[in-house]
Amino acid sequence: MELDFNTFSQSPLVVDLLHFLLAGLVVIFAVLWLVARAKMQVLSSAAAAAEQAPKPAPVAPAAAPAPAPLQTAKPDSALQLLALLQHEARFVDFIHEDLAGFADAEIGAVARVVHEGSKKVLHDYFTIAPLRGESEESTITVAAGFDPATVRLTGNVVGQAPFTGTLIHRGWEAQAVKLPRIADGHNTAIIAPAEVEL
Amino acid sequence: MSDIMTATEGSSPVEGPRYAIGIDLGTTNSVLSYVDLQQPDLLPGEAPAVHILPIPQLVAPGSVEDLPQLPSFQYIAHEAELNEGDLVLPWTNQPAAIVGTIARQLGQKTPMRLVASAKSWLCHGGVDRHAAFLPIGSPEEVSKTSPLQATYQYLCHLRDAWNQAQPEHPFASQAITVTIPASFDPVARELTAEAAGMAGIENLNLLEEPMAAVYSWVQSNGEEWRSQVAVGDVILVVDIGGGTTDLSLVAVAEEDGSLVLNRIAVGEHILLGGDNMDLALAYRVKAKLAAEGKELAGWQIQAITQACRDAKEALLSDNDTEAVPIVVPSRGSKLLGGTLRAELTRQEVSETLVEGFFASVAVDELPRQTRRSALTQRGLPYAQDPAVTRHLAAFLSRQQGANSDAGAEDFDPLAAADPLAGAAAHSFIKPTAILLNGGVLKAPRVVERLQAVINHWLTEADAAPAKLLSGIDLDLAVARGASYFGHVRQGKGVRIRGGLAHAYYVGIESSMPAVPGMEPPLEALCIAPFGMEEGTEAAPESGEFGLVVGEPVHFRFFSSSTRRQDAVGARLESWSDDELVELPEIQVTLPAEEPRAGEVVMVRLVARVTEVGTLALEAVAVDGGAEARTWKVELDVRNTGAASTAE
Repeated sequence: MELDFNTFSQSPLVVDLLHFLLAGLVVIFAVLWLVARAKMQVLSSAAAAAEQAPKPAPVAPAAAPAPAPLQTAKPDSALQLLALLQHEARFVDFIHEDLAGFADAEIGAVARVVHEGSKKVLHDYFTIAPLRGESEESTITVAAGFDPATVRLTGNVVGQAPFTGTLIHRGWEAQAVKLPRIADGHNTAIIAPAEVEL
Repeated sequence: MSDIMTATEGSSPVEGPRYAIGIDLGTTNSVLSYVDLQQPDLLPGEAPAVHILPIPQLVAPGSVEDLPQLPSFQYIAHEAELNEGDLVLPWTNQPAAIVGTIARQLGQKTPMRLVASAKSWLCHGGVDRHAAFLPIGSPEEVSKTSPLQATYQYLCHLRDAWNQAQPEHPFASQAITVTIPASFDPVARELTAEAAGMAGIENLNLLEEPMAAVYSWVQSNGEEWRSQVAVGDVILVVDIGGGTTDLSLVAVAEEDGSLVLNRIAVGEHILLGGDNMDLALAYRVKAKLAAEGKELAGWQIQAITQACRDAKEALLSDNDTEAVPIVVPSRGSKLLGGTLRAELTRQEVSETLVEGFFASVAVDELPRQTRRSALTQRGLPYAQDPAVTRHLAAFLSRQQGANSDAGAEDFDPLAAADPLAGAAAHSFIKPTAILLNGGVLKAPRVVERLQAVINHWLTEADAAPAKLLSGIDLDLAVARGASYFGHVRQGKGVRIRGGLAHAYYVGIESSMPAVPGMEPPLEALCIAPFGMEEGTEAAPESGEFGLVVGEPVHFRFFSSSTRRQDAVGARLESWSDDELVELPEIQVTLPAEEPRAGEVVMVRLVARVTEVGTLALEAVAVDGGAEARTWKVELDVRNTGAASTAE
């Protein structure tokens, strides 16, 4: 989804072409638009990583048809994660709430439920570690041959590696993803069943 | 799996189990651990690595996860409740029973279909443990299961998980140790063995949980353990699980120049554990909310209990957290507005748990029996006094003589120091080391208090404070110790000597003229003495009974955890109330074969402790010579009526 933001800064022609290619992706991600607001990074890396678990590298799966450089992630693991977040953290409930009219204290109480549950989900199903061990706001050197996917250079990007700059954000990497296995034919679109007490 | 291949190809064509499997069949969680018995490059005396098997289990309909613990719950689902395919496990599409995390999850919202605490029911002498009466109190329509069947189902799940992970080394042919509370009565032991047999386990051993914790301590400390204790030490093992508190004493002695461990005493079955503590906190929060005019529904109390479980750990650690918010979200999709918020403070947790469950009491205090606390539930005989420390004091006092006749005749520093304390002082056995186990004891403040109370008793009695032994995983130690025990049984490493932790007696009514208003005096005949070891038999010289062929004969049955001196055949004419505990009666039936019905056969009762660790009683004909006929004595007499579940 970061692609969207990047492409806006380019020419309209490119935007159209990309949107055409992304059409399928957008339909699926429409389901996830709420999630994308807050959890975009986690989700996209989860979906990608789950596809090819247990390998940690968050790269798109192989065996793609030659002309299409983009792939559509299967919705199953994304939906599975939503179901887990809903079950443990009431995530979908919370995002669907209209916060207007509620005091911060009330929202805060609910935020604890969401935070604790989400934390449990992240902890139980992912191994997430910072990409850089240095403390933020310290000066670091990025050696030549670095992977631009793991280190993003911003600001005064000129000259040649090694680059020296301030570490703004340590970055996160999902080193392992271990979502529950799901039965064949299990309907993952049901994020939470309706509950009827007899 | 590659190491398995090399080992089987290797030089050892030894038949027999490849792995020692340890199963902690807990009241709330079960764990399976294993040790490779053919682990190469193991130095002499070195403890082998212990592994925990990840157990695939349903965590939600259609969703399977590998978890280290299998919650010991079974859910009896309604036929319309789940879809076909919702119960798929890696090894079957149609499991015979719904167990594990999913059972607990579903049961939280539909408790009447949840089978819980099967293990506690297994040790409940007041019910027919073969009878299908669980879930207790549910409507007739819900099909029922027995404590035995439920135990069998948990074992089956563990078996299938193992067979899936290790197809070349089938579960049934490995050396398997199942742990049981030290306080399990002979029937509960036999039933556990029976469930294991039903699950196909052939090579079974039963091991008491506190002993398993000690084994785990030995294993995790390696040879180092020998420097942590010395001859004459008495280790008090306190194991506080989710539902039960188990106490044992292990003495360190010397034999042929090396240290050996002897389990010298076990405590009573105390149904008191971490779950009671969470519940107590929940009720505290409930009372607070009630004071604000907020009434709680059952599901909210349950959610608060869950929240208190997490909050308690934060509040009992050594940190600055003064209060933890307890938030219970509404059940509907609208979270805001319907969410309940309360707070649990350090002060409250300290009052409720540390003072309530680990009160500073004197060593001569006894658990209170009269008042029933609000925490009890229908059915199980929960401990009435929540103070673990009081149960502990009673245990240490009752077992004051435990170490004197445990084979440490040569030198006993405790006995030597004792007489100076004088007869006026309350005497109790003085542990010199403490080993703690169980999730509750993760909380540093609870440990501090428990240690302080015990050490206060010791210093009052002019004894040195006990040191805390460390180095075990409080959640997994029992399972780990159990599989290590399998390794020890092969003659490697130190073995803790156990044997019967009780002496057993049958009651005989004396024949005397009837006196109105007076029960005929009862004599107790010792049929199995204290400390009888596995694989031995008690040979009585006296104690003959005339049994009528074809008619079931009942005997009153007693046990004692303190009468170490009684040999087999000893007759007691009187005893104090706390010395002998009456167990459910036992029964023997001489089948009416041939034309002998009505005939009287003279028999003696012979007790045997099996290799498995169960007690077997037989009636042996007195005049049979070498080929004397024997009949099995049923320890678990099945009630013909419905399960008599009290209340």
